[in-house]
Amino acid sequence: MKILVCISHVPDTTSKINFTENDSKFDTNGVQFVINPFDEFALTRAMWFKEKQGATVTVVNVGTITSEPTLRKALAIGADNAIRVNTEATDGFAVAKELAEVVKNGGYDLILAGRESIDYNGEMVPGMLATILDYNFVNACIQLDIDGDKATVSREIDGGKEVLTSNLPLIIAGQKGLVEEKDLRIPNMRGIMMARKKPLTVVEPINSTPATSIVSFEKQAAKSACKIVDADNVEELISLLHNEAKVI
Amino acid sequence: MSVLVFAETSEGKFKKSNFEATSYGKKVAEQLGTNIVVLTINSSEPTQLYKYGAEKVLNVLNDNLKTFNAKVYADVIKQAAEKESAQVIIVDSSANGLYLAPIVAVDLNAGYASNVVALPSSVSPFTIKRKTFSNKAFNNTQITTEIKVIGLAKNSYGLHENEVSGTLEEFSPSLIESTLISQSVEQTTGKVTIADADIVVSGGRGLKGPENWGIIEDLAAVLGAATACSKPVSDLGWRPHSEHVGQTGKPVAANLYIAIGISGAIQHLAGVNSSKVKVVINTDPEAPFFKAADYGIVGDAFEVVPKLIEKLKEFKANNA
Ligand SMILES: Cc1cc2nc3c(=O)[nH]c(=O)nc-3n(C[C@H](O)[C@H](O)[C@H](O)COP(=O)(O)OP(=O)(O)OC[C@H]3O[C@@H](n4cnc5c(N)ncnc54)[C@H](O)[C@@H]3O)c2cc1C
Repeated sequence: MKILVCISHVPDTTSKINFTENDSKFDTNGVQFVINPFDEFALTRAMWFKEKQGATVTVVNVGTITSEPTLRKALAIGADNAIRVNTEATDGFAVAKELAEVVKNGGYDLILAGRESIDYNGEMVPGMLATILDYNFVNACIQLDIDGDKATVSREIDGGKEVLTSNLPLIIAGQKGLVEEKDLRIPNMRGIMMARKKPLTVVEPINSTPATSIVSFEKQAAKSACKIVDADNVEELISLLHNEAKVI
Repeated sequence: MSVLVFAETSEGKFKKSNFEATSYGKKVAEQLGTNIVVLTINSSEPTQLYKYGAEKVLNVLNDNLKTFNAKVYADVIKQAAEKESAQVIIVDSSANGLYLAPIVAVDLNAGYASNVVALPSSVSPFTIKRKTFSNKAFNNTQITTEIKVIGLAKNSYGLHENEVSGTLEEFSPSLIESTLISQSVEQTTGKVTIADADIVVSGGRGLKGPENWGIIEDLAAVLGAATACSKPVSDLGWRPHSEHVGQTGKPVAANLYIAIGISGAIQHLAGVNSSKVKVVINTDPEAPFFKAADYGIVGDAFEVVPKLIEKLKEFKANNA
């Protein structure tokens, strides 16, 4: 089985979010970048298939040279090789078109992605990629088993879950549940050494036209101070919620 | 030209988010100087949408669409969009809405903006405000394609009544085949889900163990709220994964979010910050949640919450 894992290179969750150039660009100064947490679930599940059922695992990122350390980290975790599509990822649709080229050229059976990236929170690339390729697609995936060329997949729905079956090829957008949190991999020294020798191929983009562009950013408005209510006076909280906040 | 809203039904019925998307769609249609059409599938009460401004409702009645299939539904939306020459297509942020929208966008070669929190600030160029960086900021996105797909973030626009005398039309799209087969759907019944709840009561590691969750459930019951938890709580198996809220869990955009024994780590706040009013109950006055909350009580959950439940019961009895 040939597996492709889509890796988004995102600011670490604790990063301070600031903007530059008249609030038109994200300020990467001092920001540490990591593998998108949702993609880590996908990568870990891919490693499981590799170890238990036999598979080769390729990781892919659409991005500039700055995302290579993130791809190396995925290699250190155990992916066999990496591909970087050499263009800035500015719009989900354009990213999906670039990824579709990679899939067409690589002939993958299974494509695993994260449900969303924690920077732009688009929740769109995997579904778009699947639609461009006309592959089956399952969003918000919390379980995935493969038997031969048949997949059994669970997805989270509002207030429950749905179990689906599909033939391969298949694209899924994973989240917590796809693997247990405790099973997430971190690179060890041996992995890091080996990752240096693994192939990281840079491919040129097809330069698809984006469908959207970000014109400016805004920070959340400053919040007024928290009103502290005395622990012995819960009636006051109820009254505030009723009369002031009008939520009960 | 028109604005098309997709209003999903659950056993024939609408949810609040469908009315919110319709209210929003009506306003976008006004901004564009065009009309609104709402597409719904197997609705038993389609005319309810008139109240929120739906001038025309297309109801698809087809037993083969009883089970949701994203690709098939997306194709139905595409056919409706083509029939109505829709320029803007709006979906809500239900699990199914989020699944469908990117598919619809590709099917119609449209730009898609998800997590939208406000009306377009301009319709030419079409510019729209979205949540970004896990709720730590917003971005203003221009959609440059002729057709635009908008994913409206939950509870971001609200319900706006705008009664019209609408028209109802039956719509019979052709159905494409799908090889992605639904085997079973498990739904927790009788409980308010986090996605639909106006109020969410959430517990963290401060509750010390699953045996103490009675106070969370009782508080939720008095308020008609859904229950939730922080990540370590679900990692420890005290509560099901489906209750984990935050950046890597479920997002919460409720009217009222009550956090009990939750420190308010940045990853937790990222997922719950879009809630309108936040209340924190925590023994530690230095807990970061106090910076993010609107109201707070510094105190022991095991003393404060039972008192709160009792007083809320009195309040509810007096305000019934
Ligand atoms: C990549 C990444 C993603 C993450 N995603 C999420 C996420 O989606 N959601 C999430 O929740 N976390 C997430 N986390 C974890 C997050 O950083 C925190 O560890 C977590 O939110 C802490 O949970 P907690 O507040 O319940 O527990 P703790 O940090 O242990 O805090 C417990 C709180 O309870 C208070 N307390 C103790 N006893 C009492 C009492 N008797 N009465 C009242 N208060 C009491 C304490 O003062 C303390 O503030 C993520 C972390 C990472 C690295």
